[in-house]
Order: sequence, then C-alpha cells, then structure tokens
Amino acid sequence: MTKEHTPRTSFVARNPSVLYLLMALGLFTAVVAVLSEATGVGLISTSFVKTLGKTLCLCLIAIAMDVVWGYCGILSLGHFAFFGIGGYAIGMWLMYARTEIIVAESLAGQVIPPTPQEISDAIGNQIFGVVGSSEFPLIWAFADSLFIQLAFVVLVPGLLALIFGWLAFRSRVTGVYLSILTQAMTLALSLYLFQNDSGLRGNNGLSGLQNVPGLADSGQDVVSLAFFLASALALALGYLLFAWITDSKLGNIIQAIRDDESRVRFLGYHVESYKLFVFTITAIVAGIAGALYYPQAGIINPAEIAPIASIYLAVWVAIGGRGRLYGAVIGAALVSLLSSWFTGGGAPSINLGFYTIQWVDWWLVLLGGTFVLVTLFAPKGIGGLFDKLVRKS
Amino acid sequence: MIRVLISLTWLLASVSVAASQDVQSILQTHAEEVAKPSRKSVSVVLDDLVASGLPQAPEFLEQWAERNVWRNNATGLFVIVTEEGDDLTFRDIDSGETGTASEDGFTQLRPNGGVRRVIGTALVQFQLSDPDPARRQSALDSIARRGEASQLEPLVASLAGEDDPALRARKEQLITFLTARFGEDTDARVAAIESLSADTSVEARAVLSQILSANAGVATDTPEGNIARILDPMEDPTASYGQLVDAGLAPPIVPVGAVRSALEANIVDGRVGGVPLAQLGDQDMRNMAYGALAADGTVPPLVTQDDITVALENAVFFERYSEEDTTVTDAARATLDAIETRVGLEQTFDLALDGLSLASIYFLAAIGLAITFGQMGVINMAHGEFIMMGAYTGYVVQLFVPDYTVSLLVALPLAFAVTFGAGVAMERLVIRHLYHRPLETLLATFGISIALQQIAKNIFGTQARPLTSPDWLGGALVISDNIQISYIRIAIFVFALLFLCLLLFILNRTRLGLEVRAVNQNPGMAASMGINPDRINMMTFGLGSGIAGVAGVGIGLYAQVTSEMGANYIVQSFMTVVVGGVGSVFGTLAGAGLIGFLQKGIEWLNPSNTLAAQTYMILFIILFIQFRPKGIVAPKGRAAAD
Amino acid sequence: MTSLLEMSGISKNFDGFQAISNLSLQIGEPELRAVIGPNGAGKTTFMDIITGKTKPDEGSIRFGEDSRSLIGMSESEIARLGIGRKFQKPTVFEAQTVRENLAMALKNPRGPFSVLFYKKTREGAARLEEIAEEINLTDHLARPAGELSHGQKQWLEIGMLLAQSPRLLLVDEPAAGMTAHEREHTTDILKKAAETRAVIVVEHDMEFVRRLNCKVTVLHEGSVLAEGSLDHVTKNKTVVDVYLGRSDAGD
Repeated sequence: MTKEHTPRTSFVARNPSVLYLLMALGLFTAVVAVLSEATGVGLISTSFVKTLGKTLCLCLIAIAMDVVWGYCGILSLGHFAFFGIGGYAIGMWLMYARTEIIVAESLAGQVIPPTPQEISDAIGNQIFGVVGSSEFPLIWAFADSLFIQLAFVVLVPGLLALIFGWLAFRSRVTGVYLSILTQAMTLALSLYLFQNDSGLRGNNGLSGLQNVPGLADSGQDVVSLAFFLASALALALGYLLFAWITDSKLGNIIQAIRDDESRVRFLGYHVESYKLFVFTITAIVAGIAGALYYPQAGIINPAEIAPIASIYLAVWVAIGGRGRLYGAVIGAALVSLLSSWFTGGGAPSINLGFYTIQWVDWWLVLLGGTFVLVTLFAPKGIGGLFDKLVRKS
Repeated sequence: MIRVLISLTWLLASVSVAASQDVQSILQTHAEEVAKPSRKSVSVVLDDLVASGLPQAPEFLEQWAERNVWRNNATGLFVIVTEEGDDLTFRDIDSGETGTASEDGFTQLRPNGGVRRVIGTALVQFQLSDPDPARRQSALDSIARRGEASQLEPLVASLAGEDDPALRARKEQLITFLTARFGEDTDARVAAIESLSADTSVEARAVLSQILSANAGVATDTPEGNIARILDPMEDPTASYGQLVDAGLAPPIVPVGAVRSALEANIVDGRVGGVPLAQLGDQDMRNMAYGALAADGTVPPLVTQDDITVALENAVFFERYSEEDTTVTDAARATLDAIETRVGLEQTFDLALDGLSLASIYFLAAIGLAITFGQMGVINMAHGEFIMMGAYTGYVVQLFVPDYTVSLLVALPLAFAVTFGAGVAMERLVIRHLYHRPLETLLATFGISIALQQIAKNIFGTQARPLTSPDWLGGALVISDNIQISYIRIAIFVFALLFLCLLLFILNRTRLGLEVRAVNQNPGMAASMGINPDRINMMTFGLGSGIAGVAGVGIGLYAQVTSEMGANYIVQSFMTVVVGGVGSVFGTLAGAGLIGFLQKGIEWLNPSNTLAAQTYMILFIILFIQFRPKGIVAPKGRAAAD
Repeated sequence: MTSLLEMSGISKNFDGFQAISNLSLQIGEPELRAVIGPNGAGKTTFMDIITGKTKPDEGSIRFGEDSRSLIGMSESEIARLGIGRKFQKPTVFEAQTVRENLAMALKNPRGPFSVLFYKKTREGAARLEEIAEEINLTDHLARPAGELSHGQKQWLEIGMLLAQSPRLLLVDEPAAGMTAHEREHTTDILKKAAETRAVIVVEHDMEFVRRLNCKVTVLHEGSVLAEGSLDHVTKNKTVVDVYLGRSDAGD
C-alpha cells in the first residue's frame, strides 16, 4: 500500500508472468528441439513432438478463451468452431496442393500432356470421389493459393465472430443465454459440415494434412519439429498480444464489463463494441491455433467442432484458473496431456480386487469429478493456488 | 340364399349356352386349344367355360394354371392329377372320381406364362361371384393390383349379386377405376374420372396417373398425337442431347477419354494431326489436332458446345400421352390436379400431426429443464443424463418384469424416484454451493454430465439398448392414405399433455407450487414467512430431475437408449426453454411447439436432408433470439427490464 | 440560469402499473436539485428514463443548448453526452484498484481502439489525484475497490461521476449507510459539484436534503406533486399527507 506509485512501470514489471512463461516456453522448445528425432538424438519420438505441438496450439486457444471468458465474462461455448474453421481453411490448401502433386505425377506418364481441365477434373475426383462428386464447390475457388487460404484462416473466423457477435451483443443476449447461443452456433456449423454436399467432404473431413506440399523431401520428423516450433512461436506471440491487451486500459474496461456491464454503459462506454472486439480477436487467434493444430493432427472432420469440444475448452480454462493467462496455459497443457496419457493406456490400471479400474473407461469420470471439485473448492483453479504460493513467498 | 342368387346370376350369364354340359365336353370341343394353348387361341376355351357357368369350371382353371391337368394319351380325356413319384393320382374333372395310374400314357399340359395369366383373368371372373367372401376379396385384390379391360364386364356383372356391403363398395370403386381407364366411350370414362375427384387414395391417383402416362419424345417438327407438354431442352441440356442421339437425330458426343485415346492412336512422328505432342496440353491445340483427324475421316467428328446448342434449338422435345383421347386426358389432368390439392391439404395435416408429436417430445425433454432453469435459474447440463437415467431405468425394469405393460407402469414411478433422488443429491452436494454463479453451475453440472455418461457407458456398454413398448402401442392410426400416426406418438402426445396438466396443477394449485413461486420471486421474503428456501430449492430441483427421468422413459420408447441419448437432447432442450421464454410452463410449450413444427416444416421443404433441416433450425433460433431475447412468453413487469 | 434538461409529458407504463405519468421537469445549469417521494413514486424509473435504461411510452426529453432529444439514444451515448449516474447500491468494480476505477471514468475517448492504445497522460494523472483528494481516497488509490468501506465505495462512485466531467449528475441516495461524518463530507462534495453543473439528488433522508439546501421536487405516483424550497413543500398539505406523514414509518 504505497502511496508513492510509479505511473510508468514497464510492461514486464507489471506482468512478471509474461517473462516467466516466455522463458519456460523457450527452454521447453529448445529441449524438445534438441531431443527430437530431427536432430538425430531421438529421445523424443516424432509422434510425441506432434502431441506436444498440438498441446501448444490448445494452449493458444485456451488463452483466447481465457480472455473472452475469464476477462470479459463471455462464456463462449463456440470457440472451437473458429478453431475448426482455421483448420479447414489451411486443410483445403494442404489437401488441394498435395493432390495436385499426386495427380501431376500420375498424369506425367501419359504420352499426351494433360490439359488444365483434365488436371482439375482428376484432382476433383481424388478429393470429392469419397462423397460421390468430382466438381469443385465454390468455396474451393482459392484452394490453390496458399496465401489466400492463409488469409481465410484469419478472415473467416473473424468475420463469423463479427457477424454472430454483432447480432448477439446488439440484442443484449448475455450470460447463460449467450453461452447456449454460441453452443448453438457451433452445433449448427458441425451439423452443416456433416452433410456430404457441404463442399468439405462431409463426415470424412479433410485428411492427409500432415503431408506438406513442397516439404515432401524432408521427413515427418523435420516437418513436425517445424510445426512444433511454429506453434511455440504462435503461443508466445499470442501470449504477448493478450497480455498487452489485458494490461491496457481496454483490459480494465473488459474486466469491468465482466463484473457489471450496465455500470460500464453508464460510464459512457459502448459495451457491445468492446465485447465484439474481444470476441472477434479471440476468434481470430482461435482460427490461427486451429490452422497450426490440424496439420499436426493430420485430419480434421466435423466431429472436431461438436459443442462438446468447446465445453472442454472451458473446462481447461476453469481448471487452470480463469482471469490469468498462464492459468489457461497450465490448464490446457495439463488436462490435454493427462487426457492422452489416461486414454492412451499410459496410466496403470488399478486392481481393487473385485473390480479393475481401466483408465480408458474411467478417465472421463475422473475428469468430470475433478471438474466438479475444482468448481466447488478452487474456483480460481490451479492458477489461483499458484497465486497464493507466490504471495506467501 | 346366396347360392340361389349366385346360380341365378350364372343362369343369366349363361343364356348363350342353352344346353347344360359338363366341363369335359367343352374341353373336348376345343381339345387342341386345351392341349397346346397359346395366348390367342385359349380365349375360345375360356369364353365357353365362363359361359357355361359350371361350378367345376373354376377349379379346373386353377388346376390348369398350376399345371396339374394331364391328358390321357389314349382317350384324349383331361384329368386333374396329383403326382406321387412315378405314379399319378388322377381325378375326374366333373364327377370328382379318383384313381391311380402310371405316368406313362399321360401327358402333362404346360400352359406358358402368358396363357396362365389369361387363365387367371378368366378365373377372377368366377371368383368374383364365389360364395366365399375371402375368395371374392382376393379376386378384387388381384384386379386392384393389375387392372385389365377384360375385367370390367364380369365385375359389373358380379355387382348385382354382391351382398357384402364392404365388398360391394370395393367393387363399385374398382368399376369406376376400370371404367376410367378402359370404359367404352369417352363420356363414360370422363364421368368415371370426374367421380374420382374426391378420392385421395393412392389407388385413385395411380389410376389417373396411368391414364396420364406419357412418354418423352423428340422430333424435328411439331409432333403429332395427344401431346402432354413441350419441354425446354435447356433445363437439362446433357440429357436432352442424349435423347437426340438416341433418336438418331444427332451424332453422339465424343467423350474426353475417347478423344485422348484417338489422339494417342494416331501419333505420327511425334505429332498428331500435325500438332506436336508437347502442345497437346492446351485444349485449343488438342481440338485442332482432333479436328485434323476428323477431317481425314479417321475419327468421328467432335461435337462442340455450339453443335449441341444448335441441335437442341432445332428439335422439339415433348411428352406424349399414351392415351389418345384429349378429352379423357384433360379430364384426368383436371381431376388429378383437384385431388392433389386435397392431398396437399391432407399432407399438411399429416405434417402438423408429425410436428405435434415432435413438439411433444421436445416438450417432455425440456419441461424438467424449464423448472430448474426457469424457476431456479440453475443451468443443469446434466439434464440430458437424467433423461438417459430414466430410460435406462425403464430398460432395467424390463429385464426383471417381462410383461411390457406392467414393466412400463413400474418403470414410470421408479424412473421418477431414481432421478428425483439423483437430482436431490446433486442439488445438495453441488448446486447448493453455486447459487448466483450460473456460469459455474453450468460448468459443474457439465462435469457431472460427462461423468454420468461415461459411467452409463461402463455399465451398459456402447450399443443401444431396447426399451420395448407394449403391443397395444404398436401399429398406427390410419385416417387416410395420407394421414396416419403411430400409436406410440399418440401416446407420447397424451403423455406430454398429462405432464403439462400435472405440472400446472403442482405449480398453481399446491402448497409446494406456491412456495416454489414465492422462493423464485423473493427468497428473502419467502424465508421470513416461514418457507425454508433450502428445502424448496431441493424439492424443485428434485421435481425437475424426476420429470426428466419420466420423460426419459417416454423418449426411450420410441428412440434408442444409449449413454449419449441425453446429449442429443440437451442443446435442443435449452433452445426450447430459451425460445419459449424462461420461467414459464406455457413458454416451454410454445417453444416446443415452435421448434417441433418448424423442424418438420423445414424437413418437408428439404426432405432428403435432416442434417440441413437441423442446421437451418438452429440458425433460425439464433436469429429468433435476436428479435425476442426473452422468448415467446416473455417475463413481464419491471423485473423484465433488468 | 438556462435550462439544461427539459422533460415534458413523460409517461411510462409497466404492464398496467403506471410508474410515471405525465411528468414534466426542468433543470438549469448549474443547479442542485433534490427529488424526494415515497416508495413507488417513480424515482428510480425517472432516472432510468433520463439515462436511457428505460424507454418512455410518451413525452420528450431534451438536453443541452441544441435541445437534443435523448429518447432512442443508448445508455452509453447519453453518458457520453454528459449525464452521469450513481446507483443506489454502490457499484464500483471491486476487482480493480481505486485508481483503475477512476481512470476508467476519466473523460477520454471511449472507443475500443482508442482505449486499447491509450497512453497515460500527465494531465490525466493530475486530474485523478485531484478527484481522489476531493473524495478523500488519496491514500487508497492502489487498493482494490472491493476492500473499501461502504462509505468509501459511495465516495469512489461519486468520484467516478466527477471524473466523467458530466454536465448533469444523477445521484441516487448518496448518503445511504453513511456515518454522520461521512454524510457531511458527501454534502460538501455534491454542493461543490453543483457550483459548475446540474446535480439531481434522489434522497429519502430529510435531514440530508435539508443540509443540501436547494430546490426540492416532490414526486408522487409518477408525477410532480410540488416544487420549491424544502420549507415551501413541507408546508404543502398534500405533500404532508402523502409523504411526510408517512416518512416516519417509511424506510
């Protein structure tokens, strides 16, 4: 309680967690990179590098979720829709470009060189044969251009969030109503994508995304390490961006909106614009996270954006601790890694004599139970415990 | 009495054959036609047999058609035979006397399929006046299945002797159908057609469609005959051009693959038609090369898009009625249009019934939620799992009580008890600590939801478990060909209605309801008046959960019971509550109605795609909430302004 | 004294309950005005209507020199126009520090992007100190607002109002739950504020109103029953009947 305050402390001094997190992330990245198969050490398998890379992407969407929910108070149960859209946008290019190469190879043997139309038909057949079509839907118009599809990774989630958010916030849908509405949005999107004539291969989704055209000569070990590094970089930049936003005066305003929306209105702030800003920018970051995640996962299908995925996202953030960015990172990393450990058969079964607990079957029960306990007894999550420790020391 | 009437009819019908004969003598008259029947020649025999009116005739015809009639090579007499190994048991056609003989010396009559059909038609004429109503019925069924011109006369003849009102009505109906299709003169046919205008049955429409059956055709000039309509070839140019090709009016399109192989087959010195191979990746160059080949006559000429357009423009595409009489087709068209309007109305009504039953299901699924969400402001994401628990309770009860009616009666209260208990436990252990933190309640109950789902999966496995409904709930109530509703859906509707009444009674007429509303409106005030809000919250939550359990039994009866069934309903249920207006039973009713009817309506517009219907449904709800954020039945008063 | 706010013929009906009926009122600039009335007289609705939270069924509200109509404007637009409001229950952002609370209220551009790229200025800091001084919270600037006492929260909220530099302040029961000493200070703050702007105080506490020593408007059943000095209105027989006679029994 010092009366003498210093109005111009540095950003890092005000947010020590940024420094710690970035340092930890840098160290972690360096260790993984050195121990990976790409460098020849091979202590960390390529598939585990992918798992870690995917986890970093999940951490990125988790901090986005934390900003929109933990800071701005909008419990969005639809952010995985934006994640999925990002994945689909990049997936379209990956799939198109790779199929183009395969088709070119298969047509190269022919005596008569193929016409552009023949090439296009062959690619269409390859990609859409599985849904009984061979024509390119309109949304694939730019699939051959990496640049435009990359722009879509940002633009489509941003635009969708902008339109949806504008509609919802304008009519002052708040609280659980908004949660349910966002859930409806992601449900509608996934149901739409499940159709065969959605233009995105129905429930087959897009596959073979781990093969990056142009990098065919480098093995998967190098490609996955590259994606891992890109994910780490994206997480670092995302963390900086959100730390900066939440530290700014805008951060104060959105937290005020979380605590008492109408009071903020009477202060003269157009609350809807702020919500829309936060909703949209987090959607964009979610899209970027998705665009990095799915090339590592190799496949994307509509089940990925079912409402349950977005609820899990909320679970991670809640367990990690809302309203603190590092909490979201801890929550997402811990729960998703534990989840793959338990469901992957890594956890030893427990023999109770009369019954053996197989974690593959009981992990969700454990997670659900833990989640109830965290909500009841540690509403601030792991991050909250962290804070207590720091304050004591 | 019947026999007298029938024989009377026969007498009337057989005036041409004055002398009373037996079947055998008629057969002997036409022995050659009987022994080696053809479709054309056999009619002489049949006409005489029918005319004779002999009671043995139908049996003979039946046996003949089934290839059980043999001819004695020596005597030339026909007998009915049952084969037993090499021996034959034969029976005289007229007297019915039996005997046995060796196979040698007899020849089996083998009428071919066409002949048998003709025999069958003749047989129908006998059966139409058969003393056994079941046989008459089957004869009518066979006419209904395959109507022929020749059946009209005997059908009319048999009408006078028909004393069964149902069969008589059926005969009259079939006479109308046959007259419409095969009547003698145009006036009779038009009259018959027009009399169908109130008949929305599938059969009547089929009759009219048959009259209106038309074939697509193409001609270079204005076509002749009874033209149904002229088609626009541009609607489907590919198919239309195909028609032209089939009619020999245009050369076939050379497929891309054929062009390629033609080019490959004609490579000369690294060139095709003078064009270097390397340039053939360009479509224009490729066309040029192929054109050069075609000019030489090596390959068929390429049909270009322009050729197709010109060909299509110069041809007339039409549909021509098989029926040549314009008056008849016009009448049939007008009548069919009129019927289709009626059918449309009936289908709309049927759709409304469908919507109603879907609305009932949504109502059942959502009403428990409306209580916990509406009255207490608690978001229960595990509501769907309570529905699932109720359904599994029903399933388990059926394992122990084999009588489905009894087990249903046991399951309903038991499901209520189980989920009531679960709800109370959940309220005491979790939700009580989270009042006024609705978003956290949402998350905590979600945790419970995934745990319950997984536990159910561990206990009951992943495959769907049946919850069988009692037999009296099988089948459907058929109002007309277009309106029918299964009893199970009616039961669900009645069930939902009972629920609504029960709930309104509890909330508005009982002490518990009063206290619930009091606590909802002002917990502090209610507490000061001696109401224990804790107890009321517990009871309310238990009630909402219990209702979900009972609804689960109802839903389980018509849907499959799986551990994920709750998840399928939860989002829909929330929408129902939100669209309807939180905190109101009637709001939930309105929400369920709106969503149910709308979903059916969208499915009707796009029947092939229920996924799309659901997508549009949800988009509609999102937009709806924009314009009525408080739902259909919005809470009123100053509180609503907050 | 020109008229800053002019309400005329305002009516509002909530599903059969006539909260405001044909209410007309004028406030000059600067002016201090107390609005009193029994429970259910429509005081809160009156403030809701001015600040845009509730749309009136009929009537007009005009504000400022160019007589802009406030009807149809959103809460935030009205606030930016220069009308500040303090709620009956102190609503400060408890998770944030006193300084942050005040900084959010400071008159600055309100758009999301200008806020995102907002840099603290020397003038802003000075103004903030000044207000803190005025509301006696200089020592508490770095504390989370949630840790303040009830009276301090009331002051902080008034301070936030002042930071908005509004032309019209609507203050709902500022003295509720305050000690005698705190009330005195509150009166001083309000009186000082009213030297340069219009201030409307809605209050139950007669003693507090008397201390404000200003023109009083008595509301009853949604319309103005009497207007004038406190002494003047307390002599009005109807006022005594409907309000003052019951004020002892009231809250």
